[in-house]
Amino acid sequence: MSTVTPQPLAQLVRVAETARARVSFVLDGVEVQALAGDTILTAILTQQRHVRRSEFSGEPRAGFCLIGACQDCWVCSEDGTRLRACSTPLREGMRVLTRFHTDSEMNGGGAR
Amino acid sequence: MSTGTPSRIVIVGAGPAGIRAAQTLVAAGLRPTVLDENARWGGQIYRQPAAGAGFSRTKAALYGFEAKKADAVHRAMAELLPKIDYRPDTLAWSCEPGRLDTLREGREASVPWSHLIIASGATDRIVPLPGWTLPGVYTHGGAQVALKAQGCAIGQRTVFAGTGPLLYLVAYQYAKAGAQVAAVLDTSPFARQASCAPKLLNQPGTFAKGVYYVAWLKAHGVRMEHGVSLAAIEGDEAVRHIRWHSADGKEHAIACDAVGLGYGLRPETQLADLAGCRFAFDALNRCWLPERDASGRSSVPGVYLAGDGAGIAGADAAELAGRRAALAVLEDLGIAAPRDAHAPDANAIEKQLARIARFRAGIEEAFAPPANCAANWPDDLTLCRCEEVDAGTLRSCIRNGFASDVNRLKALTRIGMGRCQGRMCGESAAALLSAETGKPLHEVGRLRSQAPIKPIPISPMLFDDGVQVIEEEAHDE
Amino acid sequence: MNDTRHFEVVIAGGGLVGASAALALARKGVSVGLFERRFCGAQASGVNYGGVRTHGRSAEQLPLAVRARRVWSRLPELIGTDGEFVVSGHLRLARRDSDVDALHAWSAMAREFGVESQVMSGAAFRRRYPWVGQAATGGALCASDGQANPRLVSPGFAAAARRAGAHVQEQTALSDLSFDGRGFQMRAGDARISADWLINASGAWANTVAGAFGETVPMKPIYPNMWVTEPLPRFIQHNVGVYGGGVYARQVERGNCVIGGGRGHGDGEYAQPSTATTRAVMRDACALLPGLRDALLIRTWSGVEGETPDSNPIIGFSTTTPRLLHAFGFSGGGFLLAPGVGEVLAELVTEGATSTPIEAFAIGRFTQSSVHAALPIK
Repeated sequence: MSTVTPQPLAQLVRVAETARARVSFVLDGVEVQALAGDTILTAILTQQRHVRRSEFSGEPRAGFCLIGACQDCWVCSEDGTRLRACSTPLREGMRVLTRFHTDSEMNGGGAR
Repeated sequence: MSTGTPSRIVIVGAGPAGIRAAQTLVAAGLRPTVLDENARWGGQIYRQPAAGAGFSRTKAALYGFEAKKADAVHRAMAELLPKIDYRPDTLAWSCEPGRLDTLREGREASVPWSHLIIASGATDRIVPLPGWTLPGVYTHGGAQVALKAQGCAIGQRTVFAGTGPLLYLVAYQYAKAGAQVAAVLDTSPFARQASCAPKLLNQPGTFAKGVYYVAWLKAHGVRMEHGVSLAAIEGDEAVRHIRWHSADGKEHAIACDAVGLGYGLRPETQLADLAGCRFAFDALNRCWLPERDASGRSSVPGVYLAGDGAGIAGADAAELAGRRAALAVLEDLGIAAPRDAHAPDANAIEKQLARIARFRAGIEEAFAPPANCAANWPDDLTLCRCEEVDAGTLRSCIRNGFASDVNRLKALTRIGMGRCQGRMCGESAAALLSAETGKPLHEVGRLRSQAPIKPIPISPMLFDDGVQVIEEEAHDE
Repeated sequence: MNDTRHFEVVIAGGGLVGASAALALARKGVSVGLFERRFCGAQASGVNYGGVRTHGRSAEQLPLAVRARRVWSRLPELIGTDGEFVVSGHLRLARRDSDVDALHAWSAMAREFGVESQVMSGAAFRRRYPWVGQAATGGALCASDGQANPRLVSPGFAAAARRAGAHVQEQTALSDLSFDGRGFQMRAGDARISADWLINASGAWANTVAGAFGETVPMKPIYPNMWVTEPLPRFIQHNVGVYGGGVYARQVERGNCVIGGGRGHGDGEYAQPSTATTRAVMRDACALLPGLRDALLIRTWSGVEGETPDSNPIIGFSTTTPRLLHAFGFSGGGFLLAPGVGEVLAELVTEGATSTPIEAFAIGRFTQSSVHAALPIK
């Protein structure tokens, strides 16, 4: 059986509407490019093949329903705000994390 | 409803059902509130790409044969805007008698209602298989939204699998858009689809379109298989191939980096549940549906149901049902229906809906999900994606005699306790319970909806300065 | 009558109290019939907060609480599962300095009963608990307390009772209860049942049984409101409450935070959570545990609980009928106590007395004259 070789680095493939303006944002600390009108999910998955990891098994997830029903695409911004990736528009300069804050960051709450 | 009390009509959902309901009410001189979770109206089937971002495809490109209907629905809503209280990006997360709780952009608001039309739409019906949680697996609806609203295919090389008319539609849309469709794997046998033709001819236009999609795919060399059974989707960290058996029992594998998976649709009934509507098991849809009469009235006075959110019948039925529910609201308010030569009256609507129902019966029969899957699920198959509960955990609980009802099973195994509240796993839980106990599906219980119907952040709760203090006697430790 | 099934003891109500009594009696070789009108451990016993807490209890409750706490340590041996019981300690926060004084006072009192709690405030408190917000000035830690999963523990006791030989029957309501001078007669569904002893462990609905024997009490249904968040990184290290009440929170091993506080609504049979309560409690919760601010709530619920005017349970012999025992009205604090109550009830049946002081919980404290004019006693 032939496989898809080499394995794609990104999940979603742009097949239309590629003439839109560029938008840059920060993904897990790295600046990357997306297009105006992308959801956060599209912006992430045109770079890589997962948006989060299961908190129990650590296995990668990349969303499923894309209409805000399955709740499998929650990410957060660096300030802790939860974002449902498939239903949140990407904005220029967003700083997105595909994993939660660490324990030490949870402890910083006293100063808020 | 006393004549002195001002009515507050709220519609949840701005898809075809909600839009036609609003239109009918506005024509009668009322000003409904329309809440919708999405940024733009249209629902799923007529979903519009984001505004002002440079999306340029025409409606013909986006909606194909449905372009004219989509456009009509979109225009109808656009014309209503000055006359309604339209709240996009608004999640109705809880419902109590006379009040909805909503969340919009990090702020919460209570929305009172005297009459509530729930037009909450549907999601894909899922039958899990090993590997279904891998990156690259999406529902048929999800695959459509990626293309329609984002101009993306879900992968470089996609296999569409499962069954239902949507299977062929989305494969056609992908291939037409130039995305690589490696195969269409239909679990329904072709013979069954052929034998349902008489029922399907109740909607000859829709039937013809379905035939067209299949013919087009064939003519363009897309591999199509019927009567298959899906074995597993495999890959290390993402989809690499899908294994399946053809009708003759031979095993095959197809390399791909994405799988579009679905078996028709299931209604989103959480608000109807929280509103107190009575539910009944619908044998045709194989799921519990909120009861409604031909007019769309639910079992709760003041609550009306329209569109796929109360039972799958498609966009045309949704438009009709939305209008019919609004007419029911007007009847109940003692307000005359708007006179409109172009819009069907209640009787005409009900007749048309009955026709569509006969068509739907044919669809459900032709594209029935595979029977008795649950018995064959491997123990390590993840049934609940949110909580990662596998089939073996459920079986162990059921076989030990601890649970014969789906709510009990949820309490003991955590299935359905995660963020999606059982949308993706509730039917699997019921199917497994049925397979293990021998009880028919309608006797294993119905997962109760709980607020919030989708996860909500705590922070919006912190803004309201008028918040009550906990009453003295409620100070439990 | 050969169409009447006889038990030495019939227990009305398959919550944690009834189930633990059934287990304790079955282990002593007593023939027990436990009848539950819905599913065992699915009412208050199954939907409560899950706190296993001696901390903050009144002096009259402490002996029973201490006894119950010992049973909790033996869960795997008794019911075959630990029910996710974790000795996480209970941290009782203080909002103001006078509350810290009260924590000290309780600590001194509780020491007499063998319960230790350590009071902290000021800089030492802040250093030790960086995850507690500025709204707390100090707190006391009762290290022997903890938390468990009521959804597993309560049905677990019923299952263990069944394995130990008790007859456990769900979806079966008891009716037509009476005492004929020698024993108890009743219907269980369609069947006739008789018993030497009757234990009324029917929770928020116990006045139905009590009423059949002429001794209803001023108990009213309350609907404690509960929430659960998505799984979060671990930061709440103890089961947390606050002096004066109003909010309590704990984090389970999987990371979800279970939060409780305030009231939902109900009709005596079923309960619904309240959005207004959500607003009030979440403000309080976030002031005390700021790490919760960004979390997603994924579910809210309530349940039906029976509350008495003095927030103490009713435990002990009936004042009207021989060999009738009552055990209900736990007013939101029953989860820790119930396994101990089961043992006490078993002692009352087999020995006529119990070593654990329960006089403060006598049903007779609500005399006829006070039944309809009960005032809350703080």
